[in-house]
Amino acid sequence: MGWRGAAGPCSRPHTPRLHCAAAGKKTACTGRHEASGCAAMKCVVVGGNVKVLGKAVHALSRIGDELYLEPTENGLSLRAVNSSRSAYACFLFAPLFFQLYEAGGPDAHGELFRCKILMKTFLAIFRSLPSLEKTVSKCLISLNPRASRLVVQLHCKYGVTKTHNLSFQECELLQAIFDKQLCTSTLCASARVLVDAVVHFPVTLAEVTLGVGPSGKVSLRNYVDEETEPSKTMVTELCLSEDEFQDVRVPQETQITFCLKEFRGLLSFAESSNLPLSIHFDTPGRPAVFSLEDPLLEVHLVLATLADSSASSQAQTANGACHKRVPDEDFAADDLESYMIAMETTTGDEGAEPPPSPTFPMRCPSPATALEAERSTLDSDKDEDEDGAVPGTPPQKKFRSLFFGSVLIQAQARAHPTPSQEVLAEDSEGEC
Amino acid sequence: MPLLPPAGAGAEAEASGTHYVLAASLDKARHLSTMLRAVHFRDVATCAATANGLKVTVESAKCLQASAFIQAGIFQEFVVQEESVTFRINLTVLLDCLTIFGTSSLPGTSTALRMCYCGYGYPLTLFLEEGGVVTVCKINTQEPEEMLDFDFCSTNVVNKIILQSEGLREAFAELDMTSDVLQITMSPEKPYFRLSTFGNAGSAHLDYPKDSDLMEVFQCNQTQTNRYKISLLKPSTKALALSCKVSIRTDTRGFLSLQYMIKNEDGQICFVEYYCCPDEDVAETEL
Repeated sequence: MGWRGAAGPCSRPHTPRLHCAAAGKKTACTGRHEASGCAAMKCVVVGGNVKVLGKAVHALSRIGDELYLEPTENGLSLRAVNSSRSAYACFLFAPLFFQLYEAGGPDAHGELFRCKILMKTFLAIFRSLPSLEKTVSKCLISLNPRASRLVVQLHCKYGVTKTHNLSFQECELLQAIFDKQLCTSTLCASARVLVDAVVHFPVTLAEVTLGVGPSGKVSLRNYVDEETEPSKTMVTELCLSEDEFQDVRVPQETQITFCLKEFRGLLSFAESSNLPLSIHFDTPGRPAVFSLEDPLLEVHLVLATLADSSASSQAQTANGACHKRVPDEDFAADDLESYMIAMETTTGDEGAEPPPSPTFPMRCPSPATALEAERSTLDSDKDEDEDGAVPGTPPQKKFRSLFFGSVLIQAQARAHPTPSQEVLAEDSEGEC
Repeated sequence: MPLLPPAGAGAEAEASGTHYVLAASLDKARHLSTMLRAVHFRDVATCAATANGLKVTVESAKCLQASAFIQAGIFQEFVVQEESVTFRINLTVLLDCLTIFGTSSLPGTSTALRMCYCGYGYPLTLFLEEGGVVTVCKINTQEPEEMLDFDFCSTNVVNKIILQSEGLREAFAELDMTSDVLQITMSPEKPYFRLSTFGNAGSAHLDYPKDSDLMEVFQCNQTQTNRYKISLLKPSTKALALSCKVSIRTDTRGFLSLQYMIKNEDGQICFVEYYCCPDEDVAETEL
């Protein structure tokens, strides 16, 4: 997969501001595309795959309010991130998934067009899965930057066609930086096993703890806040034997706690597509990666996990602990390198301006700190201010945000020499 | 189903010298309540009874009129003493009374109804019976008001389509309510029949080819594109949900007529009609 894994300087997500920025950009960018005349993306989904696509949208809608759509050479990717940036999902539909797939040509600057749309709008098109299955025979999605419309056309029973012309915002690349190869622990089970386990928890339950014992015994337990009085809570714990899993590779006893809502969304997708689900995780506080792989489709759900409560009571959460345990090259391959590359980009971009202090993050590489970036030219200065503040402020929630890199399609980014962008892509290739 | 207690009560009243201008009885009150629900988007309705049956009309914003026609044949007894008996009534209350024994349609149970009206100034009296239990409801009637005359006559119809309701149900259920209007295009050429909305998130078009299996009749003579307030048309979803077929007609002025054919569980057919003005200057429509 051709991730461009570069992390920009981090910023706290601030949706309204991003909207403005993106809206401002859109006009400019549309003009640019008109001039360069880049080709439109077009894909056709037929038969049962329409429902698979619909299910994917349902799973993504559990995560974020916006759907990021990116046509790449490797297929169509649909992504979402939640507002606190503690959950990220990416569905990559391979060209083979489609009856017809044209990624559209890159523009004059070698950038493929990508956009985001309101999840609500997109979900409305795929709202009723049974009727999707019953009535829709073909779904055509086309994105023509010149037309400023994302067109979703459903060909239904009785010759009826539904055409949705959706407005979109041109956007930066949304990418969580994670590497499941570096995770120490791996579990793999059929979705059915996990669905049957999770079904016992109440719908209102926010977080669940997944524990792996020394004998390979896997348990799922509802997470109980320390503040809750033990006498007033009920704990449900399910133990699954190792035999239920296709693969259990856990070097040491570990417990991770993550949000159930997003996980349920992915499970329901996995169950319907009948794919085994792999869970890659590490120490508490490090993101857990849930993935499905198939020749036609690749799904990654990255969820923040709750930091160790004992560690988080200390000043700077579990960073220190991570620092000790994880070898240095881990950081380099994980996020630091891309962070530095992003720094480089920023320096290049902002010329005379002093670059944001790269020293702090380098001296204290904190994989678990909020290092998300969805920056725009308009507010980059502000972002940097906030960046400085992020590591120092105690996280509001105990969940730490994931790492997000973003590459902007914008004038400055283009001013950057192309080779370095390719380097970015290559470096991060292995990560996914 | 025997309807002795209410009928007896009626007879008693008649014997005591009360003269009903309207008296009707119905084995299954559900047949009436279902039809009334199809036009229940405002509290107040005007009821007009003639020898042909009962017509219940609801209006909205001087732009929309919906009528449910329950023909005399649906009733076991339907007697009108005058040429036409008209009164206004609170439809919500009437529906609540008709379903006083519950709305569930368990097999073997049904509410029987006898409905009497003594004339101007009198309440509408309902006798409802189920399983030997009788409820008597008296609903005050109101002064009838002048109804809108849409002057929609079939000679002025430009385009007409009859569709199986199934094909429209999903479309209406999914209407983008952020759009102010529903645009209806009917044309002898492509796109033949198109429903469009223009909402916050973009536009949506729904196209029905004329040779679709859903299409029972396709008589379009000229291309017409009219916009109707979506808020006015949304209530017609209730009638659509109950119907098996819908006839969509537009006249030379762009007025819209939607006729819904509703079949009850005994196979009897009733109709609900919606008239709607196109979304344009009031001066032009000259109601």
